[in-house]
Amino acid sequence: MKTHVAKEQRPDSDLCPNCHQSVAPEILVEKLMVCPECGYHYRLNPSSRIAMIADSGTFVEFSGELRSSNPIDLAGYAEKLLQSQQESDMQDAVVTGTCLIDGQKAVLGIMSFQFMGGSMGSVVGEKITQAMVQGALTDSPVILFTASGGARMQEGIFSLMQMAKTAGAAAILEQTRTPLFIVLTHPTTGGVTASFAMLGDVILAEPGALIGFAGPRVIEGTIRQQLPPGFQRAEFQLEKGFIDAIVPRDKLRHTLSYLIKTHTRSKAHKSAPTQTGDTNDGTDA
Amino acid sequence: MEQTHDEMLKSSLNRIEQIAISDPRLKERSSWDCVLLSRQPGRPGTSTYINLICDEFMELHGDRYYGDDPAMIGGIGMIGGRAVTFIGNRKGTNLRENIQYNYGMSNPEGYRKALRLAKQAEKFGRPVVFLIDTPGAYPGLGAEERGIGEAIARNLKELSVLKTPVLSFIIGEGGSGGALGIGVGDKLYMLENAVYSVITPEGFASILLRDPSRAQEAAEAMKMTARDLKRFNVIHDIIPEAPGGAHTDPAFTAKLLKETIIRDFDILCAKKPATLVRYRIKKIRGMGEYEGEKSWWGPLLQMFGIADRQGQ
Repeated sequence: MKTHVAKEQRPDSDLCPNCHQSVAPEILVEKLMVCPECGYHYRLNPSSRIAMIADSGTFVEFSGELRSSNPIDLAGYAEKLLQSQQESDMQDAVVTGTCLIDGQKAVLGIMSFQFMGGSMGSVVGEKITQAMVQGALTDSPVILFTASGGARMQEGIFSLMQMAKTAGAAAILEQTRTPLFIVLTHPTTGGVTASFAMLGDVILAEPGALIGFAGPRVIEGTIRQQLPPGFQRAEFQLEKGFIDAIVPRDKLRHTLSYLIKTHTRSKAHKSAPTQTGDTNDGTDA
Repeated sequence: MEQTHDEMLKSSLNRIEQIAISDPRLKERSSWDCVLLSRQPGRPGTSTYINLICDEFMELHGDRYYGDDPAMIGGIGMIGGRAVTFIGNRKGTNLRENIQYNYGMSNPEGYRKALRLAKQAEKFGRPVVFLIDTPGAYPGLGAEERGIGEAIARNLKELSVLKTPVLSFIIGEGGSGGALGIGVGDKLYMLENAVYSVITPEGFASILLRDPSRAQEAAEAMKMTARDLKRFNVIHDIIPEAPGGAHTDPAFTAKLLKETIIRDFDILCAKKPATLVRYRIKKIRGMGEYEGEKSWWGPLLQMFGIADRQGQ
């Protein structure tokens, strides 16, 4: 089987962080970074995710030039950004681009928890929004992989506003009848859960992913008792009716491909009868 | 030495009394003073303002799915011959009420009731006023089970395209996603001593400053006052309070709120709902501060064009 895992993705330890069994790195890579013993899904960086989902060599990044500023002049934020950029090889907590999946075009957005806890500041909010706009203008389904601790506090009120911005973009995206597919990965909490992550036409999750609004420790602090096992996990969210399906990593590419196929309508149906020419040529007037 | 809860409460109340008798013209109020004023139990809340603003008001209950959230008030009021839907957070003024109203923290039912009443207003062409005063959405077991994240997300999405005028006022605490969940509209105002932030200063201090006792310092660093947010263009304007704070003269602020509501609705209600929504989306689309290309207006217009054709 072809390797879909980027080199820098390989873990430092041979022990699975969940079941503590020894797993040979080459087995782990073959299993798409899923523990063969317990099914634990290791965190993936965007390049590994792209390699697993997109047709080889089709991913073209966009809005990669956007950079976080320091909108509330918070001491230490610029340094923290620089450090995260150097450690992660990313510019911010999401990578967006266009690609093909089984030859079908799609817009892909992939968040990374490794970059400042996947927190959503102005750049993340803008890139997610641009991904939705791009999807609408090119008539491509938008697929967003979430992984986030929530809003980026270092940007103060501007981070909160990204919730409104991404949700507002989802509202207009819906009016253009462009499909929005969300894949919730571990962990997705806070302001990302309470905005675009819960607004997909179809919402998928990876097994065992923690998905919620308040973090488990905050809830335990409120109710002053331990949370039941499995609370806020993907399986819990499926039972409560908030996600459509839990999809193991090795089935994800096929599932997304199937969703694209089943959400594509014929051109005749899509265009209004009075409309002449291509409605979605995407050129500027 | 660490203060007990009672000592902290006492020092807060002393400070609020000092603010009430000090001359506000002497210097600008600190962020922390605004935090204390915005939270203090005697501060007028949603019910007080509704009673002072409306000629008549009828409360409407329930989300039609699960229950009625007492921490969120909704209903229809009359202001000078115009019917207006009011939705707002409700806090208590004493311990019994605080427990009854969950300290102003809503469960999913509250957000779903708010959306139901907003959609009802849209259907009958009534404008909507949101009055925001909450520490945040309730971080509890049941809230998670019933999808508090989904409830807030849905409100953000639906309110951004609601085809009726919407005004939002932060009258006390604007706590994070819980505040934003009823905070999307055509114009956002803050009372002079209200605060609005992504997290509480205590939360910010414990996470980023790694010391919860540095909340005062955090409050300044976070830039959460009406003055800060006006400067950032996040809010439309600041509504003045009586010199000693809103609690010293609720009618003073209520009068200004009422004037603002009448003035804005006279203008906004004359606009075509579809036009209103496009302006609102444009405003929301522009939020954020970053380095890089900001030419998003053309693509957004194209997106509107596709949406229009799909709507036919």
